[in-house]
Parts: sequence; structure tokens; C-alpha cells
Amino acid sequence: MVTIEFLGPIQKAPLTLEAASLREVAEALKNDTEMGQWLDSCAVAVNDALVASLDTPLKNGDKVSLLPPVCGG
Amino acid sequence: MLELYDGALNVPEILNRWYAEESDNNYGAYIPFVGTVREEDGIEGLSFDVYEPILTSWFEAWVAKAAPLGATLKMAHSRGDVLVHESSYIAAVFSPKRRVALETIDAFVEDFKASAPIWKYDLKNGERLYARDRSTPIEGSGLLGGKS
Repeated sequence: MVTIEFLGPIQKAPLTLEAASLREVAEALKNDTEMGQWLDSCAVAVNDALVASLDTPLKNGDKVSLLPPVCGG
Repeated sequence: MLELYDGALNVPEILNRWYAEESDNNYGAYIPFVGTVREEDGIEGLSFDVYEPILTSWFEAWVAKAAPLGATLKMAHSRGDVLVHESSYIAAVFSPKRRVALETIDAFVEDFKASAPIWKYDLKNGERLYARDRSTPIEGSGLLGGKS
């Protein structure tokens, strides 16, 4: 199982699901109506490191974080 | 050094302490940038969420990038509510000569705005409203939506 956490303004509780890669996470979230407005604008981190490929492998216990558009300062 | 505070920053304390910390290190330039909440569009203040693990790794990457230039970076940011005319952000660069400090503070603050995992909300009429139209997607965003 991997945990998906939604940061900042995405008002959504963490999910746990079975996924062997980020591609499988993407498929699962595309069916989630709450996430439709966020997927195109979120960056993705696995275990707190930003990633750039849907082929990023996932293993049991991994944490996937979704980071919506930022504005510090 | 990265410092996070609940609520507004104590700007004189932070600037003076940083000055004292580096005063014996032979730096010729100390350039701080202070971000203060302006009165605008009827807001009472701003509020911030910070994701510390990725903020810390982003900051440490900048420290490593500044080190070969002989520069030291420091940063302080607020979590939670910061009212109008209070300050939420300080970045500072120390370097032997001014040119490195001037260029580094510019690049650092711009990358901070584009990349640091911090989310801003307007405090208005008792509500906390995500400042989506002033926010920037982090580079590489959209992966899960099929953009990359």
C-alpha cells in the first residue's frame, strides 16, 4: 500500500491504495471527481523528493504527495 | 539556516541576530529582503501553509549552490496568520563582495516564489481563501493529469 497526501489548499484526507507506479496512482485519481480541478496543476513528490516521470516505481509504505501551485513570501 | 515561526516575524530581532552571527566572518555585504503584508483588496492579512520537508531540501540545495560563491543564505518564514503591515518572509545573503550578494538574493527570491512549497491564503471577512490566481505551479506540475 502507498499513501497519497494532499498538501496546502486541497481539502482532502490522505488515501491509501495499491499502486506499483505513479501511473497507477494517476489512473486512480482520474476517477476521483474531487481531484479533477487539481491534477493538471499539481507537482508530485515521492517520499518528499519531487519526481518527473509516471514510471517512477512505488513500493509498500511509500508516500506520494501532491503539491498544488505555490505562493510563499 | 531556515527558520519557521508561527505568526508574524520579529523583523528587528531576526535581522540583528543574523548580523551578529556573521559579523566576524569577513563578509563585505549583507543583503536582506523583507516581505511585508500590504493592505490590498480589503484583506485583513494573509495566512500560510508550509510543507517543511520539501522546503528544507529546497533551501539546502540553495545553500550548496551559494557556497562555492562564498555566500551564506538565511531565510525565515511564517506559518499561519500574518496581519496587514506585519512581515512573513525574510531572505538574506552574506558574501565577501556586493555583486554576488545582489545577484544571489535576486535569483533566490525568484526561485522561492516559483518553487518553495508554501501556500498563501487571503484573510477576508473571517474567511481563509486560497490565493490561487497569484500562485505558480511548481516546475513539472501536471504529471498526474497527463501534462508531462
